[in-house]
Amino acid sequence: MFGFIVRRMMSSLVVILLATMAVFALFFLGPSNPAQPICDANGRCTPERLANIERGLGLDQPVHEAYVEFMDGVFTGREISFGAEVYDCDAPCLGISYSNRLQVTDELEKRLPATIMIAVGGSITYVILGVVIGVLAAARRGTFFDRALVSGSLLVSSVPYYLMCLLAWIFLTLQSSIFPATGYFPVTENPWETFKGLLLPCLVLGVASAPAYARFTRGQMVETLGDDYIRTASAKGLSGRVVVFKHALRAAIVPIVTIFGLDFGVLLGGTIFTEEIFGIDGIGRWGLDAVLAPVDLPVLTATIMVGAIFIVFSNLIVDLLYGVLDPRVRVG
Amino acid sequence: MTHDRPVTGEPSYPDAPQGPESGKVFSGGVRPDPIADPQTTEVDRDPEDRELDRGGTGGAVEGESAVAFEQLVGQTHTATALDPTAPPVLTVENLRMYFPVRSSGVLRRKIGDVQAVDGISFELPQGGSLGLVGESGCGKSTTGRVITRLYQPTGGSMMFDGQDLAQLSTKQMKPLRREIQMIFQDPYSSLNPRHTVGSIVGSPLRVHDMVPRKDTLKRVQELLEVVGLNPEHYNRYPSEFSGGQRQRIGIARALALQPKVMVADEPVSALDVSIQAQVINLLQDLQQEFGIAFLFIAHDLAVVRHFCPEVAVMYLGKIIEIGDRESIYGNAHHPYTQALLSAVPDVKQAVTGGRRERIRLSGDVPSPINPPSGCRFRTRCPIAQDICARHEPPLLQIGKRHKVACHFAGRLGQHPVKPITARLLGVDAEGQPDPGASPTTDLVEQPGYADTWFDLDANTIGRA
Amino acid sequence: MTEQLTQPRHAAQSRESEPYLVVDHLTVKFPTEDGLVHAVTDLSYSVELGKTLGIVGESGSGKSVSSMAILGLHDRRSARIDGSIRVGGTEVVGLSENELRDMRGNSVAMIFQDALAALHPYFRIGSQLAEAYRVHHPQASKKEAKARAVEMLDLVGIPEPQRRVDNYPHQFSGGMRQRVMIAMGLVNDPSLLIADEPTTALDVTVQAQILDLLQDLQREFNSAIIMITHDLGVIAEMADDVLVMYAGRAVEYGPVTEILTHPEMPYTWGLLSSVPEVSSDPNARMIPIPGNPPSLLHPPQGCAFFARCGHSRKVPGDLCATTLPELLPGTRGPQQLKRCHLADPDAIYEAEVLPEIAPELVEENRG
Repeated sequence: MFGFIVRRMMSSLVVILLATMAVFALFFLGPSNPAQPICDANGRCTPERLANIERGLGLDQPVHEAYVEFMDGVFTGREISFGAEVYDCDAPCLGISYSNRLQVTDELEKRLPATIMIAVGGSITYVILGVVIGVLAAARRGTFFDRALVSGSLLVSSVPYYLMCLLAWIFLTLQSSIFPATGYFPVTENPWETFKGLLLPCLVLGVASAPAYARFTRGQMVETLGDDYIRTASAKGLSGRVVVFKHALRAAIVPIVTIFGLDFGVLLGGTIFTEEIFGIDGIGRWGLDAVLAPVDLPVLTATIMVGAIFIVFSNLIVDLLYGVLDPRVRVG
Repeated sequence: MTHDRPVTGEPSYPDAPQGPESGKVFSGGVRPDPIADPQTTEVDRDPEDRELDRGGTGGAVEGESAVAFEQLVGQTHTATALDPTAPPVLTVENLRMYFPVRSSGVLRRKIGDVQAVDGISFELPQGGSLGLVGESGCGKSTTGRVITRLYQPTGGSMMFDGQDLAQLSTKQMKPLRREIQMIFQDPYSSLNPRHTVGSIVGSPLRVHDMVPRKDTLKRVQELLEVVGLNPEHYNRYPSEFSGGQRQRIGIARALALQPKVMVADEPVSALDVSIQAQVINLLQDLQQEFGIAFLFIAHDLAVVRHFCPEVAVMYLGKIIEIGDRESIYGNAHHPYTQALLSAVPDVKQAVTGGRRERIRLSGDVPSPINPPSGCRFRTRCPIAQDICARHEPPLLQIGKRHKVACHFAGRLGQHPVKPITARLLGVDAEGQPDPGASPTTDLVEQPGYADTWFDLDANTIGRA
Repeated sequence: MTEQLTQPRHAAQSRESEPYLVVDHLTVKFPTEDGLVHAVTDLSYSVELGKTLGIVGESGSGKSVSSMAILGLHDRRSARIDGSIRVGGTEVVGLSENELRDMRGNSVAMIFQDALAALHPYFRIGSQLAEAYRVHHPQASKKEAKARAVEMLDLVGIPEPQRRVDNYPHQFSGGMRQRVMIAMGLVNDPSLLIADEPTTALDVTVQAQILDLLQDLQREFNSAIIMITHDLGVIAEMADDVLVMYAGRAVEYGPVTEILTHPEMPYTWGLLSSVPEVSSDPNARMIPIPGNPPSLLHPPQGCAFFARCGHSRKVPGDLCATTLPELLPGTRGPQQLKRCHLADPDAIYEAEVLPEIAPELVEENRG
């Protein structure tokens, strides 16, 4: 087990590094020059000023040197200059945002909680909703109830997600105030406000993703209910409820947990639509803004790195969890 | 493993699409030129000539009866006879297949091997059959896979047609793969459910370019007919066939390349009893017609006895007894073989004489990663002694076609008190080195039988 | 040995009136997309305590369907069951789900073929055993149930039961797993044990051990056993009576010694002919039954075996094709029933079949 974890940690590290290298490479080979808008911002841009800024930002270097300098800064902190201004970047230094000249690490700290909370709230909602619907549909498969649930899920899942967010926001918050105004209020100040602000986004995320889980759960349950050990459970005299929830669900849940783990990891990397439409300052929105011209490289790198770290670790957790849930594959 | 798997209740297949299976001769008996007789319709067919492998009767033509019993009998085979003059087509010597076991630490070093097959030697006669029997974990299935080069052996040689199959690269193997084919156990999972029968049987023809492309269909239909299926069904999917029919499709596929050797890995275990007999008779037909040598791997001792004139018994990766039918079934000298034979339920004995004496083996089969020292069977053997832990018994020839690997080999109830191998190994009765004796050097295990052997009854050297 | 050995329950006394299990004209039909499947038709048999009935048949014979019906395990919404099944005097057909559950795993237990698939892979076998016990003994504590589990493992011959009770099914070998299944079936001292192909997936030496175990347990607890199998050798060793099923009906029924030495129905002949023996004459033939089992969607009008029977020409006229034979005694006495139109099947068997499949016996009979 220990050996397995160590090996996986090492390969996870490699993946994260490769992801950040890919960002750098793409960025440096990209069409737009980030130094340009900075140059243009303060009056007329001359080639020397541009060159100056580029030097200060480290954009004139070959890409691998820039990368090394970046990684160095992550551990020791560095100085970054935008032409005339020089900023201190404390360790761990993820750079200075081109757009607002703040330390990326600080911004990250402020924005991460919002995304995490949406991810947690949303996934709890869709897992519970999806699995319950899936189990009920499977237990009553073939009946009207089952068909109604399946059709209903299909209907919900065919609505584009951003449309659902928009409609929810317009009708449930803006026009009718059924739900309070959305947005992120720091949890340290007033948790109740935080909850109210994120309630609708979490619900919408949950409802939108539940159909996929419902369908998947239903499929797994139907397959499991046909397995021999379910017949044995019935032959022992167990009630239908025990057979379905204790025996069948326990077996069917394993692949669902796996998928959930991976989904959750992706969500943690940024729930872009949700944040943008409901006006929540999380990582997703931050990353989205950083991509739009002018491209904000440090922010972009940071968001991608965070996303990569979450996904890689959620993969690892899922693999370990699989061994916990299925005793046959305990990693030895 | 299920027999024809029920969907609801127990019907196995839908009514209509079944259709009659042709094959003018029972169970797809072999017709030298199937194309010469075109398919006739139901009505035209001469009642005596009717196909015998029919599908479901629901809605079938009224008044159609099955073939008469006497005729049926004429188309079956007795137990396959041994041809002592046949030269070997495949000679396996000291074959070993080890699978590495890796540690669970960070570095995953190799800490041992699963010794699935550990030095076996045998000969497969041309056009003949060798049965390979043993229980789970004995290595017989692995042997089958190594012979067909699904694995590359860890050691030893497999001489076929002057070449050592163990040494060839994948590329060099390709043309030889036509010569050695395999029939698999589970007819439900060994056929790709998304391929039509025609493409399953036809793809080997295309891979090896056996016939011009335009003739592929014709050849496929010939093959289907040879195994007793309706050649018009080439466009159907495996799910539309019963278990026995699917096994025939697998056989047709193996037959497509006209192999000299077929490895049959439990070909009938997953089939109903009456269908088993159909398939066995079919294989006997094919063997007679095409001269195919079979390596017949199974755990059903009775079926193996019928099909194979020679049988090898395996235990934990080794052959512990090998010989012709009479030697193994009528004159077994190894305690494991005797235990196996005593465990097989026998209808006649049970019905007439009550339960026979069953030899009970104690304990479980040891792990192939760490097999017992000396004789591998000693941990469960009722007659094991010290020498058994010290020295592995050599596979000794004790009859014209009979070899056994046991220090105390003997008929049931007549095992010798002193080890018969002591003098040959140069040790005393407990297995300690004996300075007086000199070990004989002609104990090198070789496949096939020699002209002289150790006759245990007469206590001399027997000669052919 | 554990201290809490519960007394073997001999409370299952045989009633004077009838055997413990009586199946009477049982018919089971399933509606499917392709039509109505007649899985079991007009099946009657009985089993007494302390006795073993072997049910022999191939795929589509209805042997498993009829046994599942005893426990009411078929889907109530779709399966149509007619006829009567009486267990210990109680009528089972039409019983409520609650009452059926009381019976399942309690007075009637079932063990299945592939123990690896039939045991829940994610639960320890101790907890599966304890669960089986507590369903019918709800007042028992967890500790008591676990002790019972250990006791049962010991009873079926699993070494180190205290340690192994915490193992998962995949940590056992095939034979041990099947013993666990048997332990689970017997945990509540059932009066009737239904074993559906319990040894099919096992090695022959392991099979012998399991059969020995079942016979020992039967002797100790006086339970009735139904052994469903396709292996005539197993029947020969274990069963007192044998029921041969084909296409959902009983086609032969009687004491095992009689049926296996003087079978009176060509299907039984076919089964005996298809199976070689380790001790048979090398001149014996393996004679298959041509064709495939019939579809149960549209059962044929006459004898279901007609299309595969090599002896139908010996029956005058077209009786076999048009008329379903009744299950009646033949020439061997009242306890042996057969469903066939042949007038003197025993003579045909001795004259035609036996010489082909067992020439040595013919010599013995003659000499």
